[in-house]
Amino acid sequence: MADLRCVIAGIESINPFWLASAPPTDKQYNVERAFAAGWGGVVWKTLGVDPPVVNVSSRYGVHKDTGRGILGINNIELISDRPLDVNLREIEQVRKNWPDRIIIGSMMAPVEEELWKELAIKIAGSGVHGIELNLGCPHGMCERGMGSAIGQVPELVENTTRWVREVVDIPVFTKLTPNTTDILLPAEAALKGGAHAVALINTVNSIIGVDLDVMAPTPVVDGKGTHGGYCGSAVKPIALHMVAEIARAVETRDLDISAIGGITTWRDAAEFIALGANALQVCTAVMLYGFKIIEDLNEGLSDFMDAKGYKSIEDFRGLATKNTVNWNDLNMNYDLKAVIDKDKCIECGLCHIVCEDTSHQAITIKPTETGREFTVVDADCVGCNLCAHVCPVPDCITMEPVDNGLPYQTWPEISPISGEVRGE
Amino acid sequence: MGEHLQASLTGGALSKDAIDANFEDLHPPLNAQQVNSWANRCLFCYDAPCITACPTAIDIPRFIRQIATDNITGAAKTILSANIMGGTCARACPTEILCEQQCVLNTGEHEPIEIGALQRYAVDYLMDTTNTHPFVRGPKTGKTIAVIGAGPAGLACAHELARLGHDVVVFEAKAKAGGLNEYGLAAYKMAGDYAAKETKFITDIGGITVKAGKSLGDDFSLSDLRDKYDAVFIGIGLTKMRKLGIAGEALAGVSNALDFIETIRQTSDLSTLDPGRDIVVIGGGNTAIDAAVQAKRLGAKNVTLAYRRGLAQMGETKWEQDLAATNGVMIKHWANPVEIIGENSVKSVRFEQINLQDGKLCGTGDYFHICADRVYKALGQTLVTDELTALKVENGKLKVGSDGLTSVAGIYAGGDCIAPGEDLTVQAVADGKTAAIAIDKMLAIDKMLES
Ligand SMILES: Cc1cc2nc3c(=O)[nH]c(=O)nc-3n(C[C@H](O)[C@H](O)[C@H](O)COP(=O)(O)OP(=O)(O)OC[C@H]3O[C@@H](n4cnc5c(N)ncnc54)[C@H](O)[C@@H]3O)c2cc1C
Ligand SMILES: Cc1cc2nc3c(=O)[nH]c(=O)nc-3n(C[C@H](O)[C@H](O)[C@H](O)COP(=O)(O)O)c2cc1C
Ligand code: SF4
Ligand code: SF4
Repeated sequence: MADLRCVIAGIESINPFWLASAPPTDKQYNVERAFAAGWGGVVWKTLGVDPPVVNVSSRYGVHKDTGRGILGINNIELISDRPLDVNLREIEQVRKNWPDRIIIGSMMAPVEEELWKELAIKIAGSGVHGIELNLGCPHGMCERGMGSAIGQVPELVENTTRWVREVVDIPVFTKLTPNTTDILLPAEAALKGGAHAVALINTVNSIIGVDLDVMAPTPVVDGKGTHGGYCGSAVKPIALHMVAEIARAVETRDLDISAIGGITTWRDAAEFIALGANALQVCTAVMLYGFKIIEDLNEGLSDFMDAKGYKSIEDFRGLATKNTVNWNDLNMNYDLKAVIDKDKCIECGLCHIVCEDTSHQAITIKPTETGREFTVVDADCVGCNLCAHVCPVPDCITMEPVDNGLPYQTWPEISPISGEVRGE
Repeated sequence: MGEHLQASLTGGALSKDAIDANFEDLHPPLNAQQVNSWANRCLFCYDAPCITACPTAIDIPRFIRQIATDNITGAAKTILSANIMGGTCARACPTEILCEQQCVLNTGEHEPIEIGALQRYAVDYLMDTTNTHPFVRGPKTGKTIAVIGAGPAGLACAHELARLGHDVVVFEAKAKAGGLNEYGLAAYKMAGDYAAKETKFITDIGGITVKAGKSLGDDFSLSDLRDKYDAVFIGIGLTKMRKLGIAGEALAGVSNALDFIETIRQTSDLSTLDPGRDIVVIGGGNTAIDAAVQAKRLGAKNVTLAYRRGLAQMGETKWEQDLAATNGVMIKHWANPVEIIGENSVKSVRFEQINLQDGKLCGTGDYFHICADRVYKALGQTLVTDELTALKVENGKLKVGSDGLTSVAGIYAGGDCIAPGEDLTVQAVADGKTAAIAIDKMLAIDKMLES
């Protein structure tokens, strides 16, 4: 069994799986159930300056495929709606009851140095291992000048991070919003402000759907709706990209990363670690399945590491970062062709129709005595992968590289005008 | 629960509740959750093999996708535009040899999509939630077509003709329209008076007059209709019952399986029927199976289905054979009835054991008796040709071209009474529709020539 322990911002955790700041970490009851289930740590639901906020009903909308599959959740909830003191007493209690588990205190306040500092000191006093700055909430709180309203302005990211750093001696995580054009700007600002780590992503600003009877965005609150924060597996690709950008940029690559966004399976977890994450946070997946998924996350990650011979998280952390490059660094001479395993084919015709209608007309269909046969026309196949993706049969369509003997050549090495090789 | 046979708990007669339960839907309708789950399994195949396997070529992936995207009414319209009897077909089609047999998931996952059940869900939804007919009639053509027989072939033809703007008069010998949907299909396939409901739905498009109790032969001749109407469609099915031709056939208690089924279909309180004690059904097709299973579900103690040939030669599908077995029907192969024994009423049937020698059925000289107080003959039906002498007949059925045209111009035919195609409801619907389109074309050409 591989060693799943991890270290982030100097904090050692029994496994890399923490619950993200959200309803699952809202109070002692939930958090202790999570620890009992096996979660390594939690980021407590974001605490603000008293008096606590008041939430509306309803609060969640979901984005579904046509079946039962929930692709993402959208929420219009605010931060903790319980008094600060109640939260802090519970944190103290859980710290005592679960000494080997990590608790990070999440916080937000209006942009006033005193308020940030006072709140940070109070939270640190409860015995948390670190503090996370919620600079990401894209709904409600931002209308009050907090959350993403701070996270979208690098200068404010730097200031709030510094304010907290100045008054506490525990690690500081700056949680970034994805609702920005270039994630490196707030990441650099966090670094400048002295953050030990960045946590990302918070939710993506969104309208999840429209109730066509009420004619209002969902979730509908008495006939009206508002934009909310989108999360869950649908946002994983966005999060992967932002984590990779921070992990590979010269300016930010020394920052520790607590990766968040759509993590649902051990594979998602492994992918974030491979792109450079030191630890992981999960919210939506437990909101859809409960805390028990930690068993599969732990075991799946460990089995994967055993199979690959990785003894610890550090053994494979960031291995995919160096292979994450700019488009201009890709090999223009690499050539893939789709290959259909005719013994496996069930003749659904999806590969044919998607290539025929939307791609390169490279898969022919021919009637046979018993049904029909699908064949790739190599000369027309550009190796785009679409057929392999839509094929319902595992490993029926594979993409095979063609040995064309050509060297690794990037676009800048090829004249964009003549198409000939530059410098020859 | 229709799926499971309710047996007598005391050894006596079945209670009314048990009988009612036995004649509920054999396959209860899917609920919304099952429908969503199934609909999302469909791959939405390109040029899907399941469509090719449906005689009415329903665009199956399209309607399933409409279900998946929560457009159930749209799904029903897709089905009904190809097959106006989609509701009955969803209940009665032997999908295991039609659409579902060709589903690619048989290969991939060893279990096809439940196309019939999804079809039923969509059509039932439309019929239960809308009062307006889903199709509008085309501009009136001023033509009137006579349809003989209000079975699936006749009704499908009439509907398509009405949709194309023609008026239609349907002549039906029996008191009710529907053909074997009303009188022949097993009761547990057509629970809840579905045939009558569907017939009303079909004729609700307008322009269709059904004249029940009017029979070709008794009330009019083919040439009467040919003279009076712009075209004629014949969909009279097969109504002559084959005979055994052995001693004792006239004894009380001996009857046609189809008559027994008709009695069940036309009786509202089945507990008033005497189920009999020992039943022998003679024959090997699906009528035999349906009669045997319904006899058992009505409470008969011993039901034996006797067939001259072996398992492999039986006319019904594996699913139907399994249905008989799970309903406690004894199937006796290689048994040739030679005499029905009794004084006033039947007491037993004497059989000779048969052998297959060089592909031929041979008696072995070995005889045995099976006790019976009821004998149901299911030897198949044939076409009554008395009134059809003007038309060419091939292998005992009407000869038609691919568009349903008989050997006489202006007279079309479809369903069980024509030579091509299997004797199935869905095939009759396809035939009726094909002929309607051909009639419409023919009338349009006539009109062009006139002007
Ligand atoms: C017992 C039984 C069970 C069956 N089960 C199934 C099943 O589960 N699934 C399936 O797909 N198929 C089944 N079939 C076959 C299916 O019922 C037929 O293929 C289908 O009904 C044929 O339709 P049709 O319109 O050609 O004939 P029919 O349904 O026979 O309709 C013919 C109509 O014409 C009328 N008619 C007859 N003679 C005259 C006349 N001289 N003048 C006026 N009207 C006349 C009849 O009264 C009848 O209404 C079954 C058949 C039988 C006998
Ligand atoms: C209902 C709900 C409430 C949330 N509240 C907070 C919050 O108070 N503070 C915070 O930093 N993030 C909050 N988040 C964002 C999550 O912590 C997390 O960043 C985001 O959901 C992405 O992770 P996921 O895809 O695993 O859910 C909330 C998310 C949800 C769904
Ligand atoms: S009509 Fe019958 S064969 Fe055609 S799709 Fe429906 S169930 Fe299948
Ligand atoms: S063959 Fe099966 S999976 Fe494919 S479209 Fe038809 S029902 Fe769907």
